[in-house]
Amino acid sequence: MTDPSEYTNVRDRARSVAPLAPREFLRWSWRQLTSMRTALILLFLLALGAVPGSVIPQDSVDAVLSAQWRQAHPSLTPIYNRLGLFNVYSSVWFSAIYILLMISLVGCILPRTRVYLKAVRARPPKTPRNLSRLPEYRTLELDAEPSAVLAQARAALGGYRIDAHTDDAGVDSIAAERGYLREAGNLLFHVSVLIVLVGFATGSLFGYTGGVIIVTGGQFANVASQYDEFNPGSLFQVKNLKPFSMKVTDFDVKFIRSGREVGMAQDFSAGVDYSLGDDGKSQHTRISVNHPLDLSGTKVYLIGHGYAPDVTIRDSTGEIVYAGPTVFPPESTTFTSSGVIKVPEAKPDQLGFLGTLYPTYAFTMKTGPFSAFPDAKNPGLSLQVFQGNLGMDSGIPQSVYALDMAGLKPVKENGQALRLTLLRGETTKLPNGLGSVTFNGVDRFVKLQVSHNPSDWVALMGMILALTGLLGSLFIRPRRVWISVRRKGGRTLVEVAGLDRSAGGNLADELDGLTAHLEEKA
Amino acid sequence: MSHTQFALLSNQAIAVCGVFYFLALMAHLAEWAVGRTVPIDAIASGASTTTTVAAAEGGGTTVTDTLVDVDDDSADRMERFGRVGLMLTVVAALAHFVAVASRGLAADPVRVPWGNMYEFTMTGTLFVVIGYLALYRRYKLGWLAPVVTGFVLITLMVDVLLLYTPVVQLRDSLHSPWLIIHVVAAITATGAFTIGGMASVMYLIKARWLETDHTGDKAGYLARLPGLVQLDQLAYRTIAFAFPVWTFAALIAGPIWAQAAWGKYWGWDPKEVWAFITWVVFAAYLHARATAGWKGRAAAIIALIGLATLWFNFIGINFFFGSGSQHSYA
Repeated sequence: MTDPSEYTNVRDRARSVAPLAPREFLRWSWRQLTSMRTALILLFLLALGAVPGSVIPQDSVDAVLSAQWRQAHPSLTPIYNRLGLFNVYSSVWFSAIYILLMISLVGCILPRTRVYLKAVRARPPKTPRNLSRLPEYRTLELDAEPSAVLAQARAALGGYRIDAHTDDAGVDSIAAERGYLREAGNLLFHVSVLIVLVGFATGSLFGYTGGVIIVTGGQFANVASQYDEFNPGSLFQVKNLKPFSMKVTDFDVKFIRSGREVGMAQDFSAGVDYSLGDDGKSQHTRISVNHPLDLSGTKVYLIGHGYAPDVTIRDSTGEIVYAGPTVFPPESTTFTSSGVIKVPEAKPDQLGFLGTLYPTYAFTMKTGPFSAFPDAKNPGLSLQVFQGNLGMDSGIPQSVYALDMAGLKPVKENGQALRLTLLRGETTKLPNGLGSVTFNGVDRFVKLQVSHNPSDWVALMGMILALTGLLGSLFIRPRRVWISVRRKGGRTLVEVAGLDRSAGGNLADELDGLTAHLEEKA
Repeated sequence: MSHTQFALLSNQAIAVCGVFYFLALMAHLAEWAVGRTVPIDAIASGASTTTTVAAAEGGGTTVTDTLVDVDDDSADRMERFGRVGLMLTVVAALAHFVAVASRGLAADPVRVPWGNMYEFTMTGTLFVVIGYLALYRRYKLGWLAPVVTGFVLITLMVDVLLLYTPVVQLRDSLHSPWLIIHVVAAITATGAFTIGGMASVMYLIKARWLETDHTGDKAGYLARLPGLVQLDQLAYRTIAFAFPVWTFAALIAGPIWAQAAWGKYWGWDPKEVWAFITWVVFAAYLHARATAGWKGRAAAIIALIGLATLWFNFIGINFFFGSGSQHSYA
């Protein structure tokens, strides 16, 4: 980012200053840090540092996956933890790389902006005495008067900043320069990178994301306590949650029926009734992937779905002690799902069920029960039954997806742990007069993500500005052109010379065009 | 035509284009094999070959004479092989285009032909060929012919043998206009980066060859490659074109789409990470070209590292990370 020539100076300087005084040392460090070589090295470090985050499961990307990985690698986990490898992109070392890079960037932008502000008002340099020494040089002889030739040249040099000169010998010439905006584009690009970073950072500080699972027919109000998971930015205040409520009315899904992607959800959408504020009017809409619900800045995304088996449980007294749908998160691509049913009201003992739901129940001796297709063609529910104390009164919050086994023992039949298998509509009695279980069918649930990012537009604007600047810095071609004219033997001798100030220009073509134009017009 | 017939047509067309790419590669290899004895300036100056060469090679008369004896005939044949190769490449590209287009028409409902890896690779290689043909005349890319045809042939073989998938409908998250915007930009940039990378490979090969003092050689493939400056310029121009397109694809269109589909504009998904890595490496390339001590060879190596990360992201991510990536379909 610093000029190459300056970079060489830095190196020379570093050699010449042997015993570094503190001030000198600071100066030297700053120069080093803001040198192009350092910036390049930091860019490589950034690229390299990003790699582990794609190889090792990240907490922020997939918490479940990273937890599984930790379980499978007990010896590596503490080392990885210490190195921040489960949170690469917020780790100290990764942050250090990009912060250094940003400092280096600022250290490069500032002086360059100063230089540029001077250069942008500068006039084209005076016509050199000997034009033939320049990289591109043409001469031609014309009949027109010198002043007419220069006028034509001015007209042809659209977009150039042009000065007229007359040298000591009385030779008229014009000096022209264009492409002042290239450096502006370059600076804009680098400033925009900072804007993007600021947008990214404020977004994660002042925004939030939350996840909530709602069974169709269920309701949700936007308060923190109703979320299943809630991740506020460190400066987000709960009172800023936008007041709205919604009800999931229905859920619609189509699965691909053939080919390699068989069973993939191809189209799914949820119908919702929502209302803004405390007593706003209720409106109906559909949310699907790519079509979130936007409530002026707070967005509701449909990010997942699954089944909630509807089960009725009676205890030994014949009372209904549990009824309704229970969320079973999907575990496989065919939506084999598992979940837990807790029945604290059951008598004489509390009951707990570990369940697996097969939306399209199938069975072979080799595989045991499995789900043949993700759609609920023939749902089957397999349950393991436990009795005893669910441990729900201990005061420690429990996961709704796990049983605390400490106070529970399996219900046995003929000495074997009981495993029930129920198809839709079936009822089974529990042994020892403990009651009965009815599998009424399945409801669907949706997983919604609610998020608010007050500064995503900052990041987007930054990126668009960066692209604009980038295009300018790559494709604006600064160049200088000089044309001098003198009368010689009744004709006008025209000298045209040019200097390309960027790589990849096509100055030669342009000068050819210019001379052709002069020959034709003048 | 029914959707099934289009699917069949696509499969046949891809086989046909494979055959033609193979023939084109053979023609270009023949071109360069014949060209081993043809002095560099033979073709350029056409009929006046003999005199030019003789004048240029004042010293080694005997050698020059033998070259000149053969060359009238060989130069002709070399030129003919080159022209045949180019024509075969055009025919292959047409069949390739038919394969890609009918692939899109084979789906019900009709859709863009990049719904999965097989289709994406097919379309990406087509963009490489189109880029090559579009720049052929302007940058005199004859020397790049064996590289491009060889690369496309091998990539298509891998595609058909390992990645083939029957036509299926699009996954839900792909139902978006961004599928066209994001992916077209990504494929365009991939094509251009690839051509830039080829120029960088040639740069390194030629630089090494020049070091072992072949400056006197007037014939052969490496002598016929453009000079280091031109190779560097070609690499720079294609990469300078590809970089902003990639910026748009990966860092603007991608996040906007991700925001709509996944509720997060940047989620450090493996594909996103590697797109970012590619971006950073090519940013380094652009900086390196402007830095003393990093110009030329170092810059070319950086371009190749960038290209490697790009293709790894394109193919590798799906094999190594599979379902771990939200981009597992592409």
